[in-house]
Amino acid sequence: MDALALARWQFAITTVYHFIFVPLTIGLAPLVAGMQTAWVITKNDRWLRLTKFFGKLLLINFALGVVTGIVQEFQFGMTWSEYSRFVGDVFGAPLAMEALAAFFVESIFLGVWIFGWDRVSKKVHLASIWALAIATNLSAFFILAANSWMQHPVGTVYNAETGRAEMSSIGEVLTNNTLWAAFPHTITAAFLTAGTFVAAIATWWMVRLVRTRRPENIATARDVYRPAVIVGVVTMLVAGVGVILSGDVQGKLMFEQQPGKMASAEALCEGEESAAFSILTVGDLGQGCEGVRHLITVPGLASYLGTGSFSGPESYLPGVYDVQEQYTERYGDVTGSGEPVSYTPPLEITYWSFRLMIGLAAFSVALALAALWFTRGGRVSDNVWLSRLALVAIPAPFLASSFGWIFTEVGRQPWVVAPNPTGIDQIRLLTERGVSTAVPPGLILTSLITFTLVYGVLAVVWFRLMHRYAVEGVPDVVHDDSPEARAERTDDDAPRPLSFAY
Amino acid sequence: MDLPVDLAILWFVIIAVLWTGYLVLEGFDFGVGMLVSILPRGSAEQREKERRVLVNTIGPVWDGNEVWLLTAGGATFAAFPEWYATLFSGFYLPLLIILVALIVRGVAFEYRGKIADAAWARRCDLAIQVGSWVPAVLWGVAFANLVRGVVLDADHQYVGGFWALLNPFALLGGLTTLTLFLLHGAVFVALKTDGEIRGRARAHAQVLSGLAVIVAGGWAVWAQVAYSVSWTWAAVAVAAAALVGVVVTNRAGREGWAFTLSAGAIVAAVVLIFGSMFPDVMPGLDGGEPLSIAEASSTPYTLRIMTWVAVFLTPLVIVYQSWTYWVFRRRLTTDHIPAPAGLTWQKIKEAAF
Ligand code: HDD
Ligand code: HEM
Ligand code: HEM
Repeated sequence: MDALALARWQFAITTVYHFIFVPLTIGLAPLVAGMQTAWVITKNDRWLRLTKFFGKLLLINFALGVVTGIVQEFQFGMTWSEYSRFVGDVFGAPLAMEALAAFFVESIFLGVWIFGWDRVSKKVHLASIWALAIATNLSAFFILAANSWMQHPVGTVYNAETGRAEMSSIGEVLTNNTLWAAFPHTITAAFLTAGTFVAAIATWWMVRLVRTRRPENIATARDVYRPAVIVGVVTMLVAGVGVILSGDVQGKLMFEQQPGKMASAEALCEGEESAAFSILTVGDLGQGCEGVRHLITVPGLASYLGTGSFSGPESYLPGVYDVQEQYTERYGDVTGSGEPVSYTPPLEITYWSFRLMIGLAAFSVALALAALWFTRGGRVSDNVWLSRLALVAIPAPFLASSFGWIFTEVGRQPWVVAPNPTGIDQIRLLTERGVSTAVPPGLILTSLITFTLVYGVLAVVWFRLMHRYAVEGVPDVVHDDSPEARAERTDDDAPRPLSFAY
Repeated sequence: MDLPVDLAILWFVIIAVLWTGYLVLEGFDFGVGMLVSILPRGSAEQREKERRVLVNTIGPVWDGNEVWLLTAGGATFAAFPEWYATLFSGFYLPLLIILVALIVRGVAFEYRGKIADAAWARRCDLAIQVGSWVPAVLWGVAFANLVRGVVLDADHQYVGGFWALLNPFALLGGLTTLTLFLLHGAVFVALKTDGEIRGRARAHAQVLSGLAVIVAGGWAVWAQVAYSVSWTWAAVAVAAAALVGVVVTNRAGREGWAFTLSAGAIVAAVVLIFGSMFPDVMPGLDGGEPLSIAEASSTPYTLRIMTWVAVFLTPLVIVYQSWTYWVFRRRLTTDHIPAPAGLTWQKIKEAAF
C-alpha cells in the first residue's frame, strides 16, 4: 500500500474510534448534570443514586474520548501535512479555539467534579458538571466548524502566490450553513445515543428487579429505575425528532453543495425527476452504478430529501454521470499519475452507510415506544422481551453515528476539501494531494498497526468496564459528602479519607 | 507580501508561553509518574498506599495540565501552519511514541481504581511509569533538535530522518528534561504530601537538584556556546540561580519556594529554547535552509482573530485552573487514601461474555 492508502486507513480508524466515545459523552454529560440538578432541588436520594451510577459510566467513557482525542489534534500534521499547509490559515483557528474555549473547561471541571464532592459547595459542584456538559457541546461546535468548512469552504480567498487558502472572514466560517445543519444533527444524534443508553440500561434493570418478585426490589425498580427510563425515553423522542429535522436540512444543503454525494447516496447513474429512495439494492455497487437494481423503493423520496419536491422539474436529481461531466468541465483535475480524476466516491460505502445511519434509528424508536407503553400510568414491567430489546438497542445509535460520519467523509471523496459550487473554484483539494510527502509509507504502516493494536486492547477494557459497571447497578446507599451536609453532621474532626481517590 | 512581522512574533511568544504552561504543569505530572517507580517504600501494602498517594496528588489536575499541550498544538496549526505541518510530519516517530505514552498513561490514571486487584494496579502503574519516563526524555530530545537545527529541503520538508534526531546534543537535552521533571515532581510531592513520604520526597529532591545543576547546566552551556545568541545567557543564569535556589530552599524545608524555583528553572529553559530558535521556528542545521517565523505564519487576519481569542481566554483559563489548585490544596497522607472502591477482578470476569 502507498502512503496515501495507509494514511487514509489510519485516519479512518482513529477517527471512527474517537467517535465511538464522543457521542455518548456529549449526550450523557448533560443528562447526568440534569440528574444531579434534580437531586439538589428535590433532595430525593433517587437522583443522587442515578447521578453516581451514570456518572461512573460517563467517566469510564470519557477517559477514552480524551486519550483518543489527543491523537486527533496532531494527526493532521503527521499524516496530512500538505493538507495542513493548504488549509491551516482557516482550519487551524477553530481547532485552537476548541482547545482554549472547550477542552480546558472540560478537563479542569471534570477534575473538580470527580474529586470535589466533599471539597466544594453543592452549588459549585453542580456547576462543575454543567460546565463539563456545556463544554463538550461547545467542543463539538468548533470541531464541526472545521469539518463543515472542508465540506463547504466559505469565508476564504485563494492566494495564488503561496497556493494556499486564506481566511477572509471568521464570521462566515462560523456561520457556515453547513455547520448550522451539521451541528444540530450531530448533537441530536449524540442525545439520541445517550438517551438510548440511559433508557436501555434502566429498562433492563427495571425488568430484572421486577422479575425477582421481591417487594423491596420492585420498589427500587419503581422509585429509581423507572424515572431513569422516562428520562431516557423523553430524551430519545426529542432528539429523534431533531435528528430527522436537521437531517432533512442537511439533505437539501448536500444537494446544492455536493451533488456528487447525493447522487452516490442513491447510486443514481443518470439524473431523474421524482427520484425514488431505494431501501434495498442488488448488484455490485463496487463496479459502479451500472447493473445495479433497486428492489424496494419509496417513490419520490430521494428527490424530496434533496430538493423539497416529490415530483416535477424542480425534483430533478443529477446522477453520478452528470456530476462527473460537470466537474470534469469545471475543475478538470488530474491525479498525481496524470489520470483524469473520477469524481464519484466509492458507491458501496456511500449507499449503504447512508441507509444504515437512518435505518439503525429504528431500534431506538422501537425501544422508546415499547418502554413508554410498558411504563404507562406509573407501571413497571417484567417483560423479558422489553429487556432484550433494550440490550439490542444500545449499540444501534453508536453505529448509526459512525455510519453517518463514514457517509459524510467518504461521500466527499475524491476531495478532502470539497469545492464550493458558488464559491471560489481554487479552494479545493484532492485527498491524494493532502497526504504528507515527508513520511515514508513504512512509518505510517508502523503507526497504523500501533494505533490499531493499542485501540483494540483499550476497546476490550472499555467494554468490560462499561458492561460490568452497568451490571453493578445503582449504589444502595449514598452519602451526601458536601461540606454543607458535613457541617450539619459535625463529624469533621478526624482525618477523613478522600471522598474519591484513584 | 507584507507580513505582519509583529503579530507573527507575538504569536511566536504565545506559542512559547503555551509550551511553558505545558512543560511546567505536566512537568511535575511526569515527575510524579516517574517517582512511582522510585519513592514508595515499606511492605507491599504500604507501597501500594504510597503509590496511590502519589497518583492522587495529581489526580484532579493532570488532565487540565495536558490540555496546554493540545492548545500549543492547535495554536501552532492556526498561527504557523507550515511549522505544524513540517514539525509533526518530520518528527513523526518520536511524536507517535509520545502519543502512545500519553494514551496509556491517561487511561491508567482513570482506570487504575476501577478494578480492585493488585495485578491490575501493577499493570496500570507500569503504564503510568512508562507513560511518564518516555515523554519526559522525548520532549527534551525534540526541543534540543529545534535548538540545534534540522535538515529541511527547499519545500520546508524535514529530510533528516529519524536517527539524526538522536545526536548527542539532543540526547543530553532529553536527559535535561528528565532530571528537571524528576526534580519538579519531587518538590511537588514534598509540597503536596505529609508524613514519611514527604520527607523522602525532599531527600530525593536534594539529590536531584544537585544533579539538575550539572546536567541542565551542562546542556545549557553547550546550547549557548554552539547554537544560541548572547542574550539567552540571561536565561541560563536565571535557570542556574533557580536550581541553586531549589537546593537551598528544599534543604530549609521551604517547599513552596522550592516548587516555585523549580518551575522557574523550566520557564528559563523554555526561554533559552525559543530564544535560540528565533527568528526561525525551525532553524537549519549548520546554517542550512531554515523555516522562519515569517515563512511559517498565517495571514495577518487570522493572527488578529486568534490574538483576540487568546487575549480573552488565556487569562480566564489561568484563573479557573489556579482556582482548582486552591480547591485541592490539602496535603495528602496515606491516611487519606480510602479502601479501593473498584469492583473485584472476579466480578469483572463474571460479567464478560
Ligand atoms: C462532534 C463531536 C466531536 C468530533 C467530530 C470530534 N471530537 Fe474530539 N472530542 C469531543 C467531540 C468531538 C468531545 C465530546 O468534546 C471529547 C470526547 C471526550 C472529551 O474529553 O471531549 C473530545 C475529546 C478530544 C480531545 C481531548 C480533549 C481533552 O483532553 O479534554 C482532543 C484533542 C480532540 N477531541 C480533538 C479532536 C479532533 C482534532 C477531531 C477531528 C478530527 C475530533 N476531536 C473530532
Ligand atoms: C469534525 C471533525 C472531523 C474532521 C475535521 C475530519 C477531517 C477529515 C480529514 C482531513 C480526512 C481526510 C483524510 C482522508 O480522506 O482519509 C477525513 C477522512 C475521513 N474521516 Fe473525517 N473528520 C472529522 C470527523 C470524522 C468523524 C467523526 C468520523 C467517523 C466517525 C470521520 C470519518 C472519516 C473517514 C472514514 C475518513 C476516510 C475517508 C476516505 O479516505 O475514504 N471523520 N476526515
Ligand atoms: C431521517 C433520518 C436521517 C436523515 C435524513 C439524515 C441525514 C443526514 C445527511 C444528509 C447527512 C450528511 C451530511 C453531509 O454529508 O453533508 C448526515 C450525516 C450524519 N448523520 Fe444523519 N440522518 C438521519 C438519521 C441519523 C441518525 C439516526 C443518526 C445517529 C444516531 C445520524 C447521525 C449522523 C452523523 C453523526 C452524521 C455525520 C455528521 C454530519 O454531517 O452532521 N443521522 N445525516
